[in-house]
Order: sequence, then structure tokens, then C-alpha cells
Amino acid sequence: MTDHENSAKNLLKAPDNKSRRKFIGIASGVTGMTLLAPGIFLNQVAQAKTDAEAASSKVRWGMLIDTNKCKSGCNDCVSACADENGWKNQTRNNEELPNEVRVQWMRKVELKGKKTGREVSLPVMCQHCEKPPCVDVCPTGASFKRDDGIVLVDKHTCIGCRYCMMACPYKARSFVHSPVEFHDDYMPRGMGTVESCTFCVHLVDKNKSPACVSSCNEKAIMFGDLNDKNSDISKRVSQVASRQIRGDLRTDPGVRYQGL
Amino acid sequence: MFFSLALNRQKQQHFSIMAVAVLFCLFISLPVFADVPFPKVPQAKGKKCVEETAFMRRNHMELLMHQRDDTMRKGIRTTKHSLQGCLDCHAVYNDENMPVTIQSEKHFCNSCHNYAAVKIDCFGCHNSKPFVKKQPRTEKPEI
Repeated sequence: MTDHENSAKNLLKAPDNKSRRKFIGIASGVTGMTLLAPGIFLNQVAQAKTDAEAASSKVRWGMLIDTNKCKSGCNDCVSACADENGWKNQTRNNEELPNEVRVQWMRKVELKGKKTGREVSLPVMCQHCEKPPCVDVCPTGASFKRDDGIVLVDKHTCIGCRYCMMACPYKARSFVHSPVEFHDDYMPRGMGTVESCTFCVHLVDKNKSPACVSSCNEKAIMFGDLNDKNSDISKRVSQVASRQIRGDLRTDPGVRYQGL
Repeated sequence: MFFSLALNRQKQQHFSIMAVAVLFCLFISLPVFADVPFPKVPQAKGKKCVEETAFMRRNHMELLMHQRDDTMRKGIRTTKHSLQGCLDCHAVYNDENMPVTIQSEKHFCNSCHNYAAVKIDCFGCHNSKPFVKKQPRTEKPEI
């Protein structure tokens, strides 16, 4: 009989012997560790992602836009986006494209309360939903959500059917109608594919802020990890009232608006 | 007559096999002597490619595809097997010392792909020139 069998027998025979106490001790230790582990994990300081690391589901990128600070008529964030992502100069044979075929990753929306008369101005772009309808409808899997919550179009597999554009409640996506004459190093764009705000994923992966955030002189846009309780954005959303646009659709956008 | 007499039957057979072999070798190497157009691959900038040349010739598309999916889907941004990495080293310059685009026949990718009649659509979206550091429009603070 092996030692292991012996001890098993002893356990059954004598409930109050040493090996049983040992077993209980170890068992409670293991349970204690599993209970502690999530707590330790939550308190971990968010570390910057390295180039070789994959995007992690521990992170949920989000934005908080303060509509009280956002100035009416100011277009800084939109032009910074266009500049950064290469959709500023949209030309065909060196002529600017007409408006109906231009792509628009980001737009400023001016609202006026019918009864109160209060006017607000806010930028609207891809809301990076937790449950994105554009991903649900995509027939090729080109429209997808990255582990860290950024919703993207994989243009390698996009066939340009534009279902996602119809499914999006925020009118956030655009279709590239004509050949792209200027190719940006950072953001490859091409005819026949759908595109939208990427939260400047190429910058976020390098631990930088999106172009719209850093271009806003009023500091109206805040970007960060909503899952990290110690991040500025998490602290802010826990203190001030903010809402998601069309929250009733339960797509759970990562972009939140304050004072709307 | 004297020659064949001096050899026995087995040696004769050996001789004929060798003769056929030599002729065959000459025949298959004929195109080289006849100056058949081969792809003229331009010289790269670096000393050594990221992988062995023979491996790259056969498998560069697999590496690019793998890197593409890793970067796009997972956000892994290592540059060892990136398309931009290829372009940075294998850039071809024109008379004005400017890097040529994919429109030019001299472009590194075109030098082989035109020869093999394999159409690539990478550059429908991607830049086909070496990486040029863009001047930051605004200062981008750390997150």
C-alpha cells in the first residue's frame, strides 16, 4: 500500500488525526487565496502596454466628453482627427471630393433644447459600444471589437457591403468611394472599405492619447481606462453625472457625455 | 572502334549513361546561357534580411499575413515582420533620389511580382514608400 493510500485511509478512519487537519489547513489556504486574488488584481496599477503585448480585456478604453466645456463652432478635434488619420485631403484627380462622398470619422453636433432653449455643442464619433450592432451584422467578421473595447474595421476582410453603416445608431461610419490618393503611414485607407473612429488605436497602443483629446484646448475630452478604478476618467465618471447617447439601445457605449 | 573494343560491355553502359546525364545537365542549364529575363531584384539597404533569403522568397507572404492579423486584431505592434519594415530596407530610389512608389516598375515588390504575374493589393490602402516620421501637429501627452 502506498503512502498516499494510507493517508486516504487514515482520513476516513480517524477524522481528528493530523493528516486531516493538514488537509483542512491546505484547503482553507487555497480557498483564501482564490478569494483574495481578485482583490489583489483590482488594486494592481495599470501598466503601459508594450509593443509585443496584445490588447487586454482587463482594459476598457473610454471617453468622457464635457459638453459644458465644448465650444460651439470650434472644430479643433475634428480637424486633428482628419489630420492624424489621413482623411483631411480627400481628392479625386486633385479636386476636392463633393460632400456626399466624403468620409467623416467625427462630426460636431449642435443641439438646442426645445423647451429650455439651452444650446450644447458636442463631438460625435464611433461610440465604441460594449455590444456593437455593427459587429453583429458584419457578414465577413471584418467589423470587430478588440479585447480592450475598441471597435474597428479590419479592411483586409471588409467587402464594402455597408451593413454596419446601416446598423450603427450613431451614423459613425463612412464608406470610401474613390481611390485614396494620399497614403498615410499610420492609418492605411482604401477604396471600397468602411471606416470609422479608431480611438487613434495606433497612438493608444503606444501609450498616447487620441488626436482629438490632445488637440482640445478646452480639455473637454478625457480618455482613459474605465476598468481601472484609479484612472482619472474612472474617478470623474464616479463623481459627475454623465450619460451615453441613446443609452436606451443598450449598446453600452464607451463614450460618455457630461452635461447633456 | 579501338575505343569501344577497349571497354567491356558494362563500362560501355556506364559511359552512355554518363553521356546522357551530361547532355541533360547542359540542356536544362541552357536558359541561363540563353539570357532568359530573370527578375532583377534591387539591392536592399541593410546587411541581412529578418529571415534567410531562401525562406523569405518562399514565405514572405505568410509572415506578412501573420503580422497583419496580429497587429490588426490584437494590437501587437512589433516591427520585425511588418510591411513597413520591408519597405524601409528595400526602398528603390529614382534619379532625383526620391523613393519610388508601387506605380513604378522599379519598386522592390514589382520587380518580382510583375515577373511572376502575381497581383498584390496591399498598396490599395498601404503606403508603398519608406517610413517618414510625421511632424507632430500637437503635443500628444501620455495617457
